[in-house]
Amino acid sequence: MSDHEYTPKSKAGRWFNDRLPLLTLANHLTDYPTPKNLNYWWTFGGILTFCLITQIVTGLTLAMHYIAHADMAFESVEHIMRDVNYGWLIRYIHANGASMFFLAVYIHIFRSLFYGSYKSPREIIWIIGIIIYLLMMAAAFMGYVLPWGQMSFWGATVITNLFSAIPLVGEGIVTWLWGGYSVDNPTLTRFFTLHYLIPFLILGLVVLHIWALHVPGNNNPVGIDIKKPSKDTVPFHPYIVIKDGFALLMFMIVFAFFVFYAPNILGHADNYIEANPLVTPAHIVPEWYLLPFYAILRSVPDKLLGVVAMLSAILILAVLPWLDTSKIRSAVFRPLYKQFYWILVADVLILGYMGAMPAEGLYLLIARVATAYYFLHFLVILPVLGLKERTIPLPLSITESVLGGSPNMAMAKKRESKIE
Amino acid sequence: MSDKKPERRDFLFTASYAVGAVGVAAVVWPLVDQMNPDASVKALASTEVDVSSLKPGNTITVLWRGKPVFIRRRTQEEIAEARSVKMEDLIHPEKDEDRAKNPEWLVMLGVCTHLGCVPLNDKGDYDGWFCPCHGSHYDTSGRIRKGPAPWNMEVPKYEFVNANTIKIG
Repeated sequence: MSDHEYTPKSKAGRWFNDRLPLLTLANHLTDYPTPKNLNYWWTFGGILTFCLITQIVTGLTLAMHYIAHADMAFESVEHIMRDVNYGWLIRYIHANGASMFFLAVYIHIFRSLFYGSYKSPREIIWIIGIIIYLLMMAAAFMGYVLPWGQMSFWGATVITNLFSAIPLVGEGIVTWLWGGYSVDNPTLTRFFTLHYLIPFLILGLVVLHIWALHVPGNNNPVGIDIKKPSKDTVPFHPYIVIKDGFALLMFMIVFAFFVFYAPNILGHADNYIEANPLVTPAHIVPEWYLLPFYAILRSVPDKLLGVVAMLSAILILAVLPWLDTSKIRSAVFRPLYKQFYWILVADVLILGYMGAMPAEGLYLLIARVATAYYFLHFLVILPVLGLKERTIPLPLSITESVLGGSPNMAMAKKRESKIE
Repeated sequence: MSDKKPERRDFLFTASYAVGAVGVAAVVWPLVDQMNPDASVKALASTEVDVSSLKPGNTITVLWRGKPVFIRRRTQEEIAEARSVKMEDLIHPEKDEDRAKNPEWLVMLGVCTHLGCVPLNDKGDYDGWFCPCHGSHYDTSGRIRKGPAPWNMEVPKYEFVNANTIKIG
């Protein structure tokens, strides 16, 4: 929040701003005071905005050539790849863009977990973020169905069948979702419609996400409140804009690598075979970004409980601000939490790997242990840790932490630099 | 709510909200129901299959209402194996006699009851079907024996129109 009242310099500007205060908004966004100690993990908000806009622009252009019909969808995608001018480029950006979007969102989420950005007073920002994440998964899943390849068809079949686990009404819900007795043309057309709609819902939620962020202001690596008035902050423009811009360039190099040098490495070869309702591919796997949840689904031997466990693994994040009982935000000052944090990161990576492997033998056993640990982390370790842990004293201000005023801070900075 | 006594106006508000809610529900229902199977989908209710070319031990897969249906002409060993299983050993107890009225012919939806994949023929620990998606094993009667699927593969309504033709649906 800008502390001063803003008045446009020009007469026309004042005339317009009195009627619609867009210039006040623009001024707020450029002057928005930002903690001066933000590190590069904080640049992923901007990167995610870039990802969303990239997906919307490439998606709109693809929709000009794609045909949402079970008999023509597969061919129309090949038509985009072979005939449409730059169609290959637009489609590869869109397909890999989904992966890049999830890569960025996972870094963004784990940054929040490390620095306690979900804690009071930022719970609403966090919950809106979780809703955005859920919508992203829905959009990605439905987008993957549109090319109507074998993985599209069978992925759609498996995921929609999750709803059949619901007692009594499950089968009816699945038939309703399909618009028939199996995944078929009615399913494809509605998935296309929803896939088109969801990014705009996400866009609306992103506005709320940023609005909610601008009320308390950014969290920061030491996790203490900004002292006002102080020299703890710098204006968003040009300081953060240029830093975000640099990080975005680095990110785009990775993005471009996938698009130009390995455009299919994150996909699955079976999706270049047209959908066939009579043959299931030998090994069905979801896209990499859904693998940890897929591993949780498969590690529970009961159908309904497996679905419940998978959904709980995501929804448990929404109540995280109340499960974490520690008042200290940043892991920099929580020596034990920091260790459990990295164990959780490893646990999620292990789950992801197990999700890609066949659900049998040792893989299944490891997936089960990792699933149990995932829930243990949120339901037992976090609540207890907040009450038991001896934390490192916090610095008095961000300025003190940046200039290294206290010996404790020097210690903390050293630790922090290790994780960066 | 305050503790003042309800007035005429409160009643009018509540009544208006209630009528409004009914109106919204009436408008929403067609928008929800349009997603259910339409008349053209429902019209494809039955299909006839010529099974004269099937030899014992052969299976054909036909499409019925967008779903695969397995038609298997079972061998004597398979029938014997399916009929000798004790009910206590089954996850979803069903007699083979009830699933295959004519023991030589097993007709069922080729859809795994776990998450809807198509199980593979002549595979798995029970000489029947094996689902590659999440590892469910079915026996020679299509009954679930091991793995995450909760039920046996479903037997649809079918009948022999004549000796060589099965009508499904």
